Amino acid sequence: MTALAWLVPAALLLGALGLVAFLWALRSGQFEDLEGAAYRALEDDPPDEPDDAPDEAP
Amino acid sequence: MTVHALSVEGAPKVNAAGRPAPQTFTLAVDNMRCGGCIRSVERAALGVEGVSSARANLSAKRLSVVVEPGRATEADLIAALARIGFTAAPIEAVKPDADTAREKYLLRRVAVAGFAAMNIMLLSVSVWAGRSGDMDASLVSLFSWLSALIALPTVVYAGQPFYQSAAGALRGGRLNMDVPISLAILLATGMSLYQTIVGSDQIYFDAAVTLLFFLLVGRFLDERLRVRARGEAQNLVSLQTGIVTLIEADGGHRPVPAHALAAGDRVLVAAGDRVPADGAVRSGSGEIDQSLITGETDPAPVSPGQQVYAGTLNLGAALQIEVTAADNATLLAEIGRLMAAAEQGKARYRRIADRAAQIYAPAVHGLGAATFLGWLVIGAPWQTALTYAIAVLIITCPCALALAVPVVQIAAASRLFRRGIVIKAADGLERAAEADMVVLDKTGTLTLGRPQLLYADQIPEEVLAGAASLAAASRHPYAQAIVAAASERSGIAVADAVEETPGHGLKRLSEAGEERLGSAAWCGIEANGGGSEVWYCRPGRAPIRFRFADRVRSDAREVVTALKRRGYAVALLSGDRMSAVESAAREAGITTWLSGLTPARKIAWLAEREREGHKVLMVGDGLNDAPALAAAHASLSPATAADISQRAADFVFQGQRLSPVLDVISTAKQARSLAFQNFGVAFCYNIIVVPFAMSGFVTPLIAAVVMSTSSILVTLNAARLAGRRGP
Repeated sequence: MTALAWLVPAALLLGALGLVAFLWALRSGQFEDLEGAAYRALEDDPPDEPDDAPDEAP
Repeated sequence: MTVHALSVEGAPKVNAAGRPAPQTFTLAVDNMRCGGCIRSVERAALGVEGVSSARANLSAKRLSVVVEPGRATEADLIAALARIGFTAAPIEAVKPDADTAREKYLLRRVAVAGFAAMNIMLLSVSVWAGRSGDMDASLVSLFSWLSALIALPTVVYAGQPFYQSAAGALRGGRLNMDVPISLAILLATGMSLYQTIVGSDQIYFDAAVTLLFFLLVGRFLDERLRVRARGEAQNLVSLQTGIVTLIEADGGHRPVPAHALAAGDRVLVAAGDRVPADGAVRSGSGEIDQSLITGETDPAPVSPGQQVYAGTLNLGAALQIEVTAADNATLLAEIGRLMAAAEQGKARYRRIADRAAQIYAPAVHGLGAATFLGWLVIGAPWQTALTYAIAVLIITCPCALALAVPVVQIAAASRLFRRGIVIKAADGLERAAEADMVVLDKTGTLTLGRPQLLYADQIPEEVLAGAASLAAASRHPYAQAIVAAASERSGIAVADAVEETPGHGLKRLSEAGEERLGSAAWCGIEANGGGSEVWYCRPGRAPIRFRFADRVRSDAREVVTALKRRGYAVALLSGDRMSAVESAAREAGITTWLSGLTPARKIAWLAEREREGHKVLMVGDGLNDAPALAAAHASLSPATAADISQRAADFVFQGQRLSPVLDVISTAKQARSLAFQNFGVAFCYNIIVVPFAMSGFVTPLIAAVVMSTSSILVTLNAARLAGRRGP
């Protein structure tokens, strides 16, 4: 029985963790471009940085 | 909903340092189709002076760019993309709009319901398995209470879309599909809570939440299709107009996006460009091609003061046009009135799922009520009667309607999308499946809508190559037709030092003398007839005349034959002259044709067919076709169509061929037959299981299994459409 006392909360917690991770991903726009993300994963180079960062502009 | 999405969508006014806020531009990028394109597009955008970030979206075919105000314009970005071969156009300011917000609203609920369904199922399966074994009563009770704890907040949160829709329907005195859904979920949850308190085993939390999950997935897919269709339509319309040259008060030229034009603005329309907005010619004169507006293929002369319409093509010298408000243009006002009337007629169409729901909802309520009353009459306690009634409601899960139909639609849409066809109206597929008559417009639909060089194969190769080397320097449609014809035969060597005099022609000085390509007058020849010709003169040789005409699409005849073989009546309606329409009809093998029709006559003709019992699929592109597209049962237009026509059409297709008409029809028919198969499967399930449920033999375990398997079965059946290759 003590096994259950650990098992059930652990199962629920892990499930809830997955749910929170999904909701976070949705909020932060991870699902905006599913096709593009598939290709971006194959890029070797790090993303380009603009030459002139806005803060240095006059 | 709060704004929390990507940083580019945020709208900070002024940042901490007090500098003006960066501007965000959104561009539709037409030919961004491959993985590598993302990188090239973003690089090109970042290469533009003043751009601080660029993010391409491959699914939406859009590019979001953040720039420092005043340091870069949309035109700079478009020019940068054009240099690496991408066609882009500005899209009107996109906020995190209502569509996307609704999509995310549903997706969050799908996630919550999915989580809850999994965990409750885990607990329920333990209880069912333990019942035959040695599970003790206190543990069963604990698991039931845990299920209740997960189910109650889920049902309140994730069920909202159904409760809202059901409440709306009931307030309006109607029954829709969401009424039995809401009733089943709420009753099952409420009754299960009661059973948990009294310690009975008739607990339906798992079934209620799983049902909610399946239905939310269906609702989400439906919404997604709608959002995608709307986004695609917006891209198409933006790409049609793009950037125009605004003439400022001081005479300077400035490139601006076409959607930013207001009445009173002056724009410059170069030779070979489309007029971006309705207006009056202020200076310049020449010829314009009005085929997109009237279907008439011969160019019409224009002079200062004359009204010109958006979508007409400038064939002559550059024109200055003053934009006028839409409402004082008589043709447009007329088209607008006809469109409004036609669209009202179409609003009466009800989707298959809605029509099925009209029969389904009362039937389910009737069965549920009959079960409850029947058991009360024969003396069962009300708890038992209600539990059996709930089992009936859950077993009759409308997943075939609410889940399978959206899956079919999504599968059909992505198949058409791969072939360059965009679905704009969510119910367009259903209407296209019902059509039994196809009506085509001539100019731009049956034909390509662009002038083609006639008798190109009879022109000596060196003459054609010589003319093309001059013509390559010009954007005039006739010059481009010569280049196209020449590059089909052989390569073209682009001549240098070619001078263009807009509205007249091109010239180049070679060792032998001056070569000229242009109008008869430009070559010093007595003009003797129609405007659709170009002369090519070389020193010491007889001038050569090139003639141009619009040509029927290459596969028009095959498509018309295939349509006839499948039993469709095919007709050609055009606003053009009789002789032009007759020859196009003969070339395509169409026997029913009418010429010289006004927009109102086209609608009248369609209405007559409709009265005879025909359902018409209209294919058209011109402004004059827009009311007919709106009036027809279903409609298609090519991507080169006037934007008002693209807005009216249910489908928009790209490319040079007419075969998308067949693709649309066959996909629509397959989608419909799959939907009916699913109704059949669901019906058989219900016929078998509902009697058991009514007589009280169904346990929560059986209810959960039956409901899930029927949902999965109809979904798998629907997904077959995506896997199929070829029509």
